[in-house]
Amino acid sequence: MPTTSSNIVFENVSKFYGEVLGVNRVNLSLPPGITSLVGPNGSGKTTLMNLVTGLVRPTQGRVSVLGLTPDQPEEFFRHVGYCTQFDSFPKRVTGFEFIFQSLQLRGLGKNEAARLAGEAIDRVNLREAAHRRVAGYSKGMRQRIRLAQSIAHHPTVLVLDEPLNGLDPMARAESIALFEALGKQGMHVVISSHVLHEVDKISDQVVLMSYGYVVAEGKIHGVRTEVKEHPMQILVRCASPALLASRLFSQDHVVEAKLNNDGKGVLVRTKDANMFYELLNRIIVEEDFAVETVAPNDDDVNSVYQYLVGSGGGGNAV
Amino acid sequence: MSSTAIANPRKFWAEAPWQLWFTQILAVLRIELKKALWMRRSIWIYLLAFAPSVMFGIHALTSPMGSHCSIEEDTRVLAYTFQIFYLRVGMFFGCMGLFTWLFRGEIVEKSLHYYFLAPMRREVLVIGKFLAGFIATSLVFGASVLLCFTFAYEHFGAKGSAYVFNGPGLGQLTSYLLVTVLACLGFGAIFLALSLIFKNPILPGVVVLLWESFHSVAPSLLQKFSVSFYLKQLAPVSIPPDGLLALFTVVAEPVSPWLAIPGLLCLSVAILVFACFRIRKTEISYLAD
Repeated sequence: MPTTSSNIVFENVSKFYGEVLGVNRVNLSLPPGITSLVGPNGSGKTTLMNLVTGLVRPTQGRVSVLGLTPDQPEEFFRHVGYCTQFDSFPKRVTGFEFIFQSLQLRGLGKNEAARLAGEAIDRVNLREAAHRRVAGYSKGMRQRIRLAQSIAHHPTVLVLDEPLNGLDPMARAESIALFEALGKQGMHVVISSHVLHEVDKISDQVVLMSYGYVVAEGKIHGVRTEVKEHPMQILVRCASPALLASRLFSQDHVVEAKLNNDGKGVLVRTKDANMFYELLNRIIVEEDFAVETVAPNDDDVNSVYQYLVGSGGGGNAV
Repeated sequence: MSSTAIANPRKFWAEAPWQLWFTQILAVLRIELKKALWMRRSIWIYLLAFAPSVMFGIHALTSPMGSHCSIEEDTRVLAYTFQIFYLRVGMFFGCMGLFTWLFRGEIVEKSLHYYFLAPMRREVLVIGKFLAGFIATSLVFGASVLLCFTFAYEHFGAKGSAYVFNGPGLGQLTSYLLVTVLACLGFGAIFLALSLIFKNPILPGVVVLLWESFHSVAPSLLQKFSVSFYLKQLAPVSIPPDGLLALFTVVAEPVSPWLAIPGLLCLSVAILVFACFRIRKTEISYLAD
């Protein structure tokens, strides 16, 4: 595990709340880009995020962000922004005041704080509601103003706990686009979300968690390949699915070949994806038939997670 | 205080970002002072603080030109009111209500993490919040004491003016205000520290109340850990501990004001240093609270 100062590093980190396990023996090194934390409620995602930002301290082990720890708050929190899951605000503040005050706590002058607050509010499209009290905001607006507060100081590490909760589809799409843009700028963006298929699309790497343990981590396709006991599902859309299925049945590595419901494709379950792709190439050349698409059907976060901690694994609709 | 500060204080002093800390303390002060003075929860503190002022006001209205009383009598009543009501009840409970809420309120409202996520030392946050509470309580109780004093002597006309400006009045007022400020400092430090230790600081608050009321029965050394011990030395008019009042009146060994003021300041600073150490270990787990 590389432990460079440009990563978020967990070294044998455990956190217990009394006798209750938060996370146990976590060793991670998260590079820049978008990292998704995936797991059901109580799996330790929020604890992991709170550990990164110093809101809770590890019972054992060490956490560092870009080589810094929360014990150096002046430096640490210049680089880190955290949008927590807590849907709460200081009383009687407007959206603008909420961000403005948090920037002033950073030691910024009035003008600079006002400029950055306005800029952050624009990024989350809340300009019209900026001078209304947060108490009157909808859940989605509160979510967005908290997001604005966490990015207002231009952090290089952004930690987002369930940032898509309460957002309508439009705001959700805008937020995802924003995370994607931030990730492409070279920032660390750590996201926990239950909306797996949405974060899946933008994640550079995933950390799968269950009962306080990290069960897998890395690039999602790599993690899927590691799950040997579950044959990979590959959907091939082609003009002659029956022909393709008949050629596949004779292969040892093909566990199952099932005609798609619409009759225009075959869902293949194989123990060796590479051998399957080689075989498919051969068949295409030999039989001279047209293939429309070939796509893995279960290397999304949801399926991999189900394979690792649950039973079955879904695969997308066939 | 960081480990660097303890290991190498000179280096720490030279390299510390004082300007940033000062700016951050001002920012916390602005936010917290507004909250402390204008929050709905403060209404009972205002009522508690200004109840004696109202009574002295009524007394002034019903005794024009001191028709039913004397300056000596009013001076004594003011002294009793100050030492028994203000010190034992008003300022004690007022500081308890305000200072314990500085951090507990943030935890109850789940907003403390916004401070913890700012690039600010938690010690700076403690100082900022303490100063806000200190200024707010000093303003409220100082104004109330000033009103009581004004009502106590204003209705005597020229005789009252002579007592205040040519007699001991102005000195007594200065002492009352000084004791008020010191009481807010001492009680404030205690209650702020208690709020960082206990989820519900009311029970420990009762223990502190008992200690502050009856510390005079403790050995001389232990008495120095009481805020009232120092305040008593600074009260401008002494009241005799007779009858029931003896229960509430501290009979402490005399200490010069030159020792009482630094003594109380040292006690308050020691408690605040403890609070600073305590907050460094504070974690955000609102559900548990």
